Amino acid sequence: MAEKLSMQRLMVVLVLAVSLGLGACASKKPKADLPAGEAGGAASGSGAGAAGAAAAGASADEEAAGPQAGLLATRLVYFDFDSSEIRGAGTEVVAAHAKYLASHSGTRVRLEGHTDERGSREYNIGLGERRAQAVRRALLLQGASDAQISTVSYGEERPAVAGHDEAAWAKNRRVEIVYLALPAGAPKP
Amino acid sequence: MRTPETRPRTVPRFSGALVAALLFGLGAGRAQAALQIEVTSGVRDPIPIAIVPFAAPAGDAELDVADVIQHDLEGSGRFKALARERMPARPTRAAEVTPGPWKDAGSDYVVVGRVLALEGGNVGVEFDLLNTLTGARVAAQRFSGAPGAVRNAAHRVSDVVYQKILGIRGAFATRIAYVAVDGAPPAQVYRLFVADADGVNQQRILETRFPLMSPSWSPDGQWLAYVSFETKHSAVYVQLVRTGERRQVSARAGVNGAPEWSPDGKKLALTLGSSSGNPDIYVLDLASQGLSRLTEDPAIDTEPVWAPDGRSIFFTSDRAGSPQIYQIGAQPGARPKRITFGGTYNARPRISPDGTLLAMVTLDGGNYRIAVQELATSVVRVLSHGHLDESPSFAPNGATLIYAERDAPRGELATVSTDGLTGLRLRAAEGEIREPAWGPFLP
Repeated sequence: MAEKLSMQRLMVVLVLAVSLGLGACASKKPKADLPAGEAGGAASGSGAGAAGAAAAGASADEEAAGPQAGLLATRLVYFDFDSSEIRGAGTEVVAAHAKYLASHSGTRVRLEGHTDERGSREYNIGLGERRAQAVRRALLLQGASDAQISTVSYGEERPAVAGHDEAAWAKNRRVEIVYLALPAGAPKP
Repeated sequence: MRTPETRPRTVPRFSGALVAALLFGLGAGRAQAALQIEVTSGVRDPIPIAIVPFAAPAGDAELDVADVIQHDLEGSGRFKALARERMPARPTRAAEVTPGPWKDAGSDYVVVGRVLALEGGNVGVEFDLLNTLTGARVAAQRFSGAPGAVRNAAHRVSDVVYQKILGIRGAFATRIAYVAVDGAPPAQVYRLFVADADGVNQQRILETRFPLMSPSWSPDGQWLAYVSFETKHSAVYVQLVRTGERRQVSARAGVNGAPEWSPDGKKLALTLGSSSGNPDIYVLDLASQGLSRLTEDPAIDTEPVWAPDGRSIFFTSDRAGSPQIYQIGAQPGARPKRITFGGTYNARPRISPDGTLLAMVTLDGGNYRIAVQELATSVVRVLSHGHLDESPSFAPNGATLIYAERDAPRGELATVSTDGLTGLRLRAAEGEIREPAWGPFLP
């Protein structure tokens, strides 16, 4: 059996400030100015280039405030542990958004699926995707169209709240309905 | 399914001197990245060894090579080093060692050595390993390289000493990759780091405000594959560690996840959802971008990893109702075979380099823990003791696993030997570190 060493040895290792990568150094670009989603790499070339491309690609997915009336202000659908079944209040929330999407055909949403922190990370990506797909199917069944909906699963990677108890886990097992800005030149709904 | 976007990039190369100047210049005034290593368990009777301070070129306040070796060997939990003040002498060559006094001081072995200034500005590290009982020289070797490689040479000395005494190649001169996360949800910053196996020489590979996941080393130790959500969508990238050059290799609709390099370095196994969202296992040929599908099941199939012979792939699937590990041939059309049967949760497989052990995350009495299953006998041993342990990764010598634990207020890394006897913990000064991937032996 493993035996605790009688004299636990603590080796403190100081490391050079490599945390400030070359990309940031070369461009002297303060990190706070980086747009969300920018990837500043350790190498300036790839970091800046990738960030530019990412920003350009993401512009069509700019988030929007979306409708706020009544249940439409609620953008969160919660789930039980290891389940992708929409239940309780979530049913009405999804129904309200489905009705809105059905009557506003130019409006688009992104469904972001999330899990709690338990279990392995990539498996949880699968669970989060399953939850996002459950909401997508419910929206489609109630009149939304496929072109209005995209999905992404963040698994356990983007918790809504920190914490390692059931209260935190319950808030993290969710699908977020994110309204997106209209593509340029699109007619107002 | 969209054709994958490929964005090859060229990156300016910096000379060593310029890089150093930039790092020092801008490092000042910012919090220093610090890693702590703590030995948490070791064997009952560690092997006593004396590592005598190495001779260094005159006037050279170079790295303390003997100290690096001592930390490596003691960190393995299998050696106990003689304190320097108790050393009977300070020899630096085998011929200068009189075995008797070292034996009397309790040491079974003595390591002596020299740091040498070589022609052309290179540096050599030479050592001798002696058995104090027989007086025999067990090993003698020289490692040489650029001045910055002295620490690596010290780790290579540790590798040889470990192998000569224990019969298993040491894995001290290797690197690990891991993900660091700072800040409170939802405003978190994600960084991908590479560091020496002892946590020193951290190198930041990528930073983003959106999740980074699942780093995986190419078999030559030059590239990392990983998942980044920086475009608000999952995508798989491969990045050359030395230069930062990278390519996006999969950004298809739905899930792009869990990349794992094939043993020949030419392919990635990965998880792809389709627009319908159901994750299945695919193999992507990196040169041709050709994609072949291995599984087709309404279940979640994910976390593929190659058997060392490259002929089959292990993966997680909940096709039987709960996550379990399956094995499938690496060519399309094969039928999966279930590998794990105990308990309700077995996920995230990794296979030992000799192909005999399966490491995984298992639900053990309400706790997620690291376990190994002998593939020949199906005997399972739980190795870790936490509540939320995850992401096991084998050292290239197969003797140790590194994994992430979340018992502490913030995530840390830990190691455990596959016999369960030894372990240590790696912790960042601030923020969470997780998803360790142990890199291969380097040439």
